[in-house]
Amino acid sequence: MATQWAVSVSPHVRKGTTTSQIMWTVSASLIPVMLLSIYNFGLRALFITLASVISCVVVEAISQKALGRPVSSKDGSAVLTGILMAFVIPPGVPYWLPAIGAVAAIFINKELMGGLGFNVWNPALVGRALLTASFPVYMTAAWIPSRAVSNVPIDQYVWGGLDAVSTATPLYVLRHYGFEALTQQFGSIGTIYQNFFVGFKPGCIGETSGVLILLGGLFLLLRGIITWHIPVSTIASVAVMSWIFGGNTWFSGDPLVHVLSGGVMLGAFYMATDYVTSPTVKPGQIVFGIGVGVLTVLIRLKGGYPEGVCYAILLMNCLTPALDEWFKPKRFAPPKQAPVMATK
Amino acid sequence: MAGVTFAKGGVHPAEHKELTEHLAIEEMPPPAEVALPLSMHFGAPAKAVVQKKQEVQEGDVVATVEKGLGATIHSSVTGTVKAIEPRPHPTMVRCDAIIIERDPAAPPRVYEPVDWLKLSGEQLLARVKEAGIVGLGGAGFPTHVKLSPPPTAKVDTLILNGAECEPYLTTDHRLMVEMPQKVVEGAKVLLKILGIREAVIGIELNKPDAINAMNKAAEAASGSDATIRVQGMTVKYPQGSEKQLIYALTGRSVPGGGLPFDVGVIVQNISTTLAVFEAATLNKPLYEKVVTFSGRGIKRQANLKVKVGTVLSDVVNYLGGTTPDLLKIVSGGPMMGFAISTLDVPIVKTSSGVLFLDKTETDVSPHGPCIHCGWCIEACPMGLQPKEVAIYVEAGKGHLTEKFGVFDCFECGCCAFVCPARRPLVQFARLAKMAIKRGR
Ligand code: SF4
Ligand code: SF4
Repeated sequence: MATQWAVSVSPHVRKGTTTSQIMWTVSASLIPVMLLSIYNFGLRALFITLASVISCVVVEAISQKALGRPVSSKDGSAVLTGILMAFVIPPGVPYWLPAIGAVAAIFINKELMGGLGFNVWNPALVGRALLTASFPVYMTAAWIPSRAVSNVPIDQYVWGGLDAVSTATPLYVLRHYGFEALTQQFGSIGTIYQNFFVGFKPGCIGETSGVLILLGGLFLLLRGIITWHIPVSTIASVAVMSWIFGGNTWFSGDPLVHVLSGGVMLGAFYMATDYVTSPTVKPGQIVFGIGVGVLTVLIRLKGGYPEGVCYAILLMNCLTPALDEWFKPKRFAPPKQAPVMATK
Repeated sequence: MAGVTFAKGGVHPAEHKELTEHLAIEEMPPPAEVALPLSMHFGAPAKAVVQKKQEVQEGDVVATVEKGLGATIHSSVTGTVKAIEPRPHPTMVRCDAIIIERDPAAPPRVYEPVDWLKLSGEQLLARVKEAGIVGLGGAGFPTHVKLSPPPTAKVDTLILNGAECEPYLTTDHRLMVEMPQKVVEGAKVLLKILGIREAVIGIELNKPDAINAMNKAAEAASGSDATIRVQGMTVKYPQGSEKQLIYALTGRSVPGGGLPFDVGVIVQNISTTLAVFEAATLNKPLYEKVVTFSGRGIKRQANLKVKVGTVLSDVVNYLGGTTPDLLKIVSGGPMMGFAISTLDVPIVKTSSGVLFLDKTETDVSPHGPCIHCGWCIEACPMGLQPKEVAIYVEAGKGHLTEKFGVFDCFECGCCAFVCPARRPLVQFARLAKMAIKRGR
């Protein structure tokens, strides 16, 4: 028999899930959010997302070629970064904007650091942070009112100028004019809960719908791709912090408005859970989530921006290696004497 | 019966036991020629005590170990020594082997039963040593050494390992179903050698028929001199690995670098216990064993009783050949076994199974970078951080990984099994251990 059989090291069987399956599953779980966004903000939401995905894939391929690495577009990680980056920028930005974000997210933040797995910060959020710093006008004003509450034809914003469409996000209103103004602009508190939960409000492309993000997150939980630790600790600490400090007096804030506004839901389920940039062990993940929640509310209430999720996660990303070290797993039956530490 | 289990980690690979678990043990006719490697135990290779052209009887000693760790080797057929030459080996690439051509006219050797109850513990231990018995589940540690703990150790429990947690393998399962009395009798021999009276047989709950059969046999055999009981265990890999098994059955943890007798336990697997039974009650040495041949890459799957030294190609012919989709041949279980590249390797004492995996069953795709999912950490039964070790090794810093406890890693493969990036984490752990020993 001349056949040569495969010879490789044990184990010879593997669990089904692969890196690329994870990336594609996470991407697919965001399709409902995308559809609602198209309904909300018109086809522009889709085109901005496509622009972001294409830029991320192209930037990744070019950087990998330039750095002499195999091109890994098929693993889906650049596609996912593209989707997530688009989901945290306003729908009214110009079409070329995501390309600049992609350079920061993929080339500088990921490939220059050594490629997938070596980046310290969440790529999509690095993209958003750079865009916010460099193009503050677009990033803080290019909002589009939800079609569900403003009766604008679906394609109004596809090619149109941006000046006409500006509106303010709930968080902006809350930050600068207070809770009263919020109810004046977005309806009674019941209407607010309802519209925010479903997603009918101005906001970033993929951040508006609490319910669809929750469904996508639950799907990922069921598939075993994420666990509850980070999302629950993040959302719970945002709720508690905003209840305590978010009102005019102590313990009078509205936790639900805070949780359903801005990027908390998307951040908790999709950004803070990014494997590469979050802790690998459960207790570390809970501390990480609490950190994200606390920093988010702190930035919202005291910082210079109406929204804090992006920076909260990026800050906690820096702590990930430390959290992994502090909460490293307890070994089963280690040797009685401590091993001699290697010194160099 | 509720299952007991180990402390942390573990995985649930697809079992694939349905391929062979209901197939009765079948005796393969002896082959025309056997190849007996001089190394099929833990320790130094044995020394041949026969010469080319010499005639040997089935059961005759053909190689011995004079000093140090090792085990005697017996001829598995009656015939003539044809050569002593290097041959492929399932785990060592190549190794000197005694080649014996069988005399087709010679009848099989018959062993008369002896009354082992008359023998003392020492005499029984000597029998085990003479019979060349080694741990048949794993590395082949000589059983007589394992049964002689230092006098300082206070051994109070014998554990029979019937977990058989590796996918595909069903030899111990079939032995427990088909000859439970023999296994239990073997346990009593072991108890006598150790001078203790408590034995626990741990069996995973996916083998209810084995649990049943063993329960009956154990009850019948328990009495004033021995208490033997069966304990069901959760189906989870690596339930049958020594430290995990001991924890599950007794709640005791063997510290890193320690041995089971440090916590008062001796573990033997089912096949080994059966070999002890045959040595004690028939004075028969170990030269035959039941091996599972499975996987979808072979025409017919079976639990075969084969002569040690039977060359794999003879088994394959006996089972009707391989299928065109065969992708990988593994000696042992799919989690810890070795891939082999040739059918010229013989069945050795430690062979528990040979798997013929086709492309639906095994995965040889290349690995990618670590994405820090942490699944390997969660899966590791020793609470290690396989991903860190791997990253150090990749960066050429394998010698600095002792702080991660790599020496506790027993290469169970749970970490690599779950890794979505398909990283060869077991290989990285091996390289790390080598680097530490080398010091760079
Ligand atoms: S092979 Fe080693 S590191 Fe991997 S899970 Fe098993 S014991 Fe842990
Ligand atoms: S399972 Fe693989 S990808 Fe995940 S942390 Fe471990 S080594 Fe990295």
